[in-house]
Amino acid sequence: MLTYLVRRLIGLVPILFLITVVSFGIMHLAPGKPVDAAGAFNPKVSLEVRQRLAQLYGLDQPLIRQYLGWLRRVVQLDFGRSFLDDRPVGEKILERLPVTLTINIASLALILIIAIPLGVLAAASPGSRFDQATTVFVFVGYSIPTFWLALLGMEFFGVRLGWLPISGMHTVDYESFPWWQRGADLAWHLVLPVGMTAFASLAGLSRYMRSSMAEVLRADYIRTARAKGVAESRVLFHHGLRNALLPLITILGLSVPDLIGGSVIAETIFSIPGMGRLLYDAVMARDYPVVMALVTIGAVLTLIGNALADIAYAAADPRIRVGKTT
Amino acid sequence: MLLFTLLLTPSLCDAAQDHPVAGDAIIEGSIGDASRLLPILASDSASGDIVGLLFNGLLKYNERLDIVGDLAESWDVSPDGMTITFVLRPNVRWHDGVPVTARDVRFTYQKLIDPAVPTPFSSNYALVKSVEVLDARTVRVTYREPFSPALESWMIGVMPEHLLEHDDVSRTPLLRRPIGHGPYRFVRWKTGELIELAANPDYFEHRPWIDRYLYRVIPDQTTLFLELLTRGVDSTSLTPLQFTKLTNRPAISRSYQKFRYPSFGFTYVGYNLADERFRDVRVRQAINLALDKQAIVDGVLYGLGQVATGPYPKESWAYDPSVIPAPRDLASAKRLLAAAGWADHDGDGVIDKAGAPFRFTLLTNQNEVRQQVAELIQQHLRTIGIEMNIRVVEWSVFVHEFIDKRRFEAVLLAWNLSRDPDLFSLFHSSETKEGQYNFVGYANRDVDRLLEDGRRVFDRVERERIYHEVHRRLYEDQPYTFLFVSDALPIVASRFRRVRATPIGIGHNFIDWYVPSAEQRYKSKQLVP
Repeated sequence: MLTYLVRRLIGLVPILFLITVVSFGIMHLAPGKPVDAAGAFNPKVSLEVRQRLAQLYGLDQPLIRQYLGWLRRVVQLDFGRSFLDDRPVGEKILERLPVTLTINIASLALILIIAIPLGVLAAASPGSRFDQATTVFVFVGYSIPTFWLALLGMEFFGVRLGWLPISGMHTVDYESFPWWQRGADLAWHLVLPVGMTAFASLAGLSRYMRSSMAEVLRADYIRTARAKGVAESRVLFHHGLRNALLPLITILGLSVPDLIGGSVIAETIFSIPGMGRLLYDAVMARDYPVVMALVTIGAVLTLIGNALADIAYAAADPRIRVGKTT
Repeated sequence: MLLFTLLLTPSLCDAAQDHPVAGDAIIEGSIGDASRLLPILASDSASGDIVGLLFNGLLKYNERLDIVGDLAESWDVSPDGMTITFVLRPNVRWHDGVPVTARDVRFTYQKLIDPAVPTPFSSNYALVKSVEVLDARTVRVTYREPFSPALESWMIGVMPEHLLEHDDVSRTPLLRRPIGHGPYRFVRWKTGELIELAANPDYFEHRPWIDRYLYRVIPDQTTLFLELLTRGVDSTSLTPLQFTKLTNRPAISRSYQKFRYPSFGFTYVGYNLADERFRDVRVRQAINLALDKQAIVDGVLYGLGQVATGPYPKESWAYDPSVIPAPRDLASAKRLLAAAGWADHDGDGVIDKAGAPFRFTLLTNQNEVRQQVAELIQQHLRTIGIEMNIRVVEWSVFVHEFIDKRRFEAVLLAWNLSRDPDLFSLFHSSETKEGQYNFVGYANRDVDRLLEDGRRVFDRVERERIYHEVHRRLYEDQPYTFLFVSDALPIVASRFRRVRATPIGIGHNFIDWYVPSAEQRYKSKQLVP
């Protein structure tokens, strides 16, 4: 098992290397330069000045040398400094990470709390009114574009009813509040963004839960339990749910990169300074160090997520470990 | 007499009530966050807005667009135009209490021309020979040749030598926690969310009446508008659609006041003058006559703009009022085209010359307003037999692949200009290299000479004559078809008093704005850093 683990992890290195080469290449081949943000199409900024800025950022060097320089720093876990404001890229990411994690973990929790019972109950009585109603409900959520739903929510709960704040993470003066009030303020601001992002993802997970549960409920041991006269709620939630949840856990494992990646749409509409917006702004400004750092982190997380899933399978099924799949 | 009294009473009441009081906060909504808060590195508009409240330049524009002293109490240009001597106001202090001196001015200049500092503004100082400190309050700038746009270049914020002399300006912590000398002091910056400033009680003009200035970052235009409806922001700028249609509901008209004034920028169609067809001035004039610019302003900007005849808005002293915009005249347009050899010989509805139909592509970038303008131009040109296609590309591709490399027939673009009327980089024949801004390839010896003279002369009357001439020549020559100058459309909560729209904008007297005690919304707090 240990040999498999080591081999699997070492195998990740060349893939990661390839990903960084490709993303670095694409980014530098795309039109536009970081100095554009400072002076493109400003008649007061002369051509010589723009050329000097490019030189200061090291953009006049051959691409391969720029890449090797970047690689050398990244190996030492130094992602460089942002072209936009000259701050260390690591610092910029760490500043945004808690925001994105809070929102994504909260919305994931909300999705699970709603999707699991919804799926289980729908599977328990397939074809019933409840099943049909949830099917319609979740597919409506799935089909509506997030940004439109978010705007409707803001208009209704924020403008018309005045119950919830429309955007931002805090009231402007929240720093003067006592800690409990700060927490309440944050929660109050998160209701709309978390609710809206959760609603859109509800469909996938609740449908998955429903089909997984429906399959489990057809199993012999469920029939046996029912035949023995075990109460229906116990059959569903004790015997059935535990087994039906297993595939769900695999899906959750693969959603780890999404937790950190953030969502550009939700973060822009709700004015939340998270990772999605950081990446979007960096791409737009051709802020290469920030883009490369985020791409690399995303790639590492995805690869690790995949590897963990493989390793988990290997742990469960020794045939995979020794390469015997038949 | 009674009528007179009645008429007078309201204004007397207003005057009696116009007693400014300190307090309250203003929340400004903006779609972009700042990046670096030192004047010589603040190249984006968000950073520029904040830096403008924290730092002053030596000079500034007043509301009539005249150049007046800011940090400089007086200034003097030598008769040969080669030296400018500034005398600073006494008793101006940095927010940490240290006096602002002539050494700070020299230090700012040294950093502006330092090749290791990534400032985009250094081209403005290329002609400076030396900056000497004569005494604590006097600084003399010597130029290699007279350069009148120089006055505007000294509006850049002065930086503190005592805090930065041993620091790397591009990495200093002051980029995120600046110490200025302006009407507001820096308090905090929550990246991507909020920047807070507090009134500087020692400001040399007077303490600003508004206690706190909060700059909220709301990247989505629609969200920003919804925040207006819930009074989450006090001030922002509107789109023409929001200004005309969406802000008329009582909830907004009760709590906000709207303003409009011409922005310093113009939208135009620029031709590639290397193209045989557009090299003929008659063709360019015919297109000018065929376009109904008022219809474009009305249709796309909901009337919130003015038809342009040149690069300056009417409010600028460089604008020549004797240039009368030619009314739409299809018959004359067709006559001009016919004189240039273009007529519909084969009867297919498209004019042609030597068997080649007049078809060209108008290139523009992803901008909703420009796309709509392009569609109207397409319709208008069809009436004189010119078939125009529209191609929309992403901004960076547009600039680097098409403009820089001159791979276009015609472009639809806009320039945002500073208040100085110098147009050297746009229309001088020496500015046509790749990456330079005379990308249409305009070359007119007379205009070249005028543009050179305009930079050497400081006398306003003389400059006025020169730029009026430039304006007239450009309209005759039509290297661009000037379309319109759009309006800036700010909206401000109505509790703020003394807000006025002027050619320079609404913010020029921001330190005089106030909110009557009864209407103050945010209670004053001690927020000095």
